[in-house]
Amino acid sequence: MVERETVLETRNVTMRFGGLTALHDFSIRVLRGSIVGLIGPNGAGKTTCFNVMTGFYAPTEGKVLFEGRDLTGKGPHQVCREGIARTFQNIRLFSNETVLQNVMIGCHVRTPLRWWEAPFPCSGTRKEREIREKAMTLLEEVELARLADECAASLPYGAQRRLEIARALATEPRFLLLDEPAAGMNPQETQKLMAFIRHIRDRFNLTVMLIEHDMRVVMGVCEHIWVLDYGVLIAEGAPREIQADPRVIEAYLGEEYIADA
Amino acid sequence: MSAERKKLLSVAALSLMALFLWWAQGHLDGYKIQILNLVAINIILALSLNLIYGFTGLFSLGHAGFMAVGAYVSSLLILPAAQKETIFLLEPLVWPLSVLQAPFFVAVLAGGVAAALFGLLISLPVLRLGGDYLGIATLGFAEIVRVVANNLPGITNGALGLKGIPHYANIWWNYGWCLFTLYFIVRIVNSNFGNVLKAIRDDETAARAMGIDVLRCKVISFALGAFFAGVGGALLASLLTTIDPKMFLFLLTFNVLMIVVAGGLGSISGTVIAGVVITVLLEWLRFVENPIDFGPIHIPGIPGMRMVIFSLALLFIILFRREGIMGMREITWDGLACACRRGGKDRG
Repeated sequence: MVERETVLETRNVTMRFGGLTALHDFSIRVLRGSIVGLIGPNGAGKTTCFNVMTGFYAPTEGKVLFEGRDLTGKGPHQVCREGIARTFQNIRLFSNETVLQNVMIGCHVRTPLRWWEAPFPCSGTRKEREIREKAMTLLEEVELARLADECAASLPYGAQRRLEIARALATEPRFLLLDEPAAGMNPQETQKLMAFIRHIRDRFNLTVMLIEHDMRVVMGVCEHIWVLDYGVLIAEGAPREIQADPRVIEAYLGEEYIADA
Repeated sequence: MSAERKKLLSVAALSLMALFLWWAQGHLDGYKIQILNLVAINIILALSLNLIYGFTGLFSLGHAGFMAVGAYVSSLLILPAAQKETIFLLEPLVWPLSVLQAPFFVAVLAGGVAAALFGLLISLPVLRLGGDYLGIATLGFAEIVRVVANNLPGITNGALGLKGIPHYANIWWNYGWCLFTLYFIVRIVNSNFGNVLKAIRDDETAARAMGIDVLRCKVISFALGAFFAGVGGALLASLLTTIDPKMFLFLLTFNVLMIVVAGGLGSISGTVIAGVVITVLLEWLRFVENPIDFGPIHIPGIPGMRMVIFSLALLFIILFRREGIMGMREITWDGLACACRRGGKDRG
């Protein structure tokens, strides 16, 4: 295999909330163009890890490097500008806005329309049209174009997930973090989602990292997996290795299971 | 409907409005014209608060403060030098202001800019607060402005206030500014920058994840709102020809807030409709403050009864129709055409 460069790296990241250590000495390297997974039982620190990578939390110790640049101390909007986008565990769409507007808001970071441009027809309208076209292209990509003028909150669940991904793609990321993209999906939708994740990875030259509880998705789509338990990295490797790892089985199913087996 | 046709309809509606105002000026008495003027100013004020509260979700109660800044700055620029000498009894007006003069348009603009600068100044510390705390902090700001105005006789003439401000704010100035405000805020709100403001209102966390510099956008929205509040205050000062610090109590903010909430947070059309209805009602309901005879029952006049009725009305709106008259919907030409067609079908 050709040696691929590291796109994101965490170096000994520790995140403490008062007396609780949510993440302890967490170090990973994500290779460019890969789809990787972060799994672990509930409360293992997976979302905390996402929040540290996207600038919502400043780590208590350690560093996050994106393409070699230190992200530590940068706010979420600066991290997004650097090229990292994310979705949320509980879908966070702008519910009063239309599907199209949601994606247009995502375009703001790359094509900002300044407030003084808005009242003037010439430059403002041209930029506005550009943004609208870009948003429409993205909606076509996720097969939501015909719902463009619907209110985002009125969409079915699966479509809301796709819209949230489209909105994240509008920020032109190179690294995409998906927080439980398959939550609440039926098996058919899950199958489609897996193909969709691979498709956008190739189409937009992304590196994708996902948190997921659905093992079919994780094992089916990820090339490399990290397993967290109580904020500590307990295992990493290819899906096959992870499935066989006794520490992972213990974390998920308890000690007795191992003893019985 | 094509964009051309919409433009045509808008121009037609504007001409109708202008025609009505022209007719009103010649045929209505001074009292009614005064109400028409107040309608325009209240719409300006309510639109500016709707930009801050309805579209950006910043609960601000500082409008009276911005209006005071706009009113004093603009009034000091249009007061004739001779008038300034006669009204400043406690202390003469400080030097540059005593001789400074500007045409009305420039004075109103300066009032707006001064208010916007105040908005910028207080927004940086204050906008880090969220929700109710922001409301309390901005309310505090408005009170500070009022108290400072009361205690700076060399600039504001203290509690005596400014009298004899030239009455430039006629129907054309007021409706001109009202139209400009409407145009400006509609363009802002319908642009992608407006979408960004609404995103911040709906979900600040998601907005930050989308690369939006939330604080910066909030500051811009707040300052723009403050600008138009200042413009409204400047026009009001020239319309009433006299201002004093007591005029800028919280009650003034409350009136504007009432219009915004009744019209619908985040609806321009709602604000305009509520601006007209509430301003007219505020005047019309004065009869409840006079003594009334219901046959044998005699009710003595109670001053302030209007506000009791309005507070009750606001209570009912919050309880039974929280989204206001329009909610977040807008009246558009497309919507009107659709309603007309449906109406036609029902009849046919």
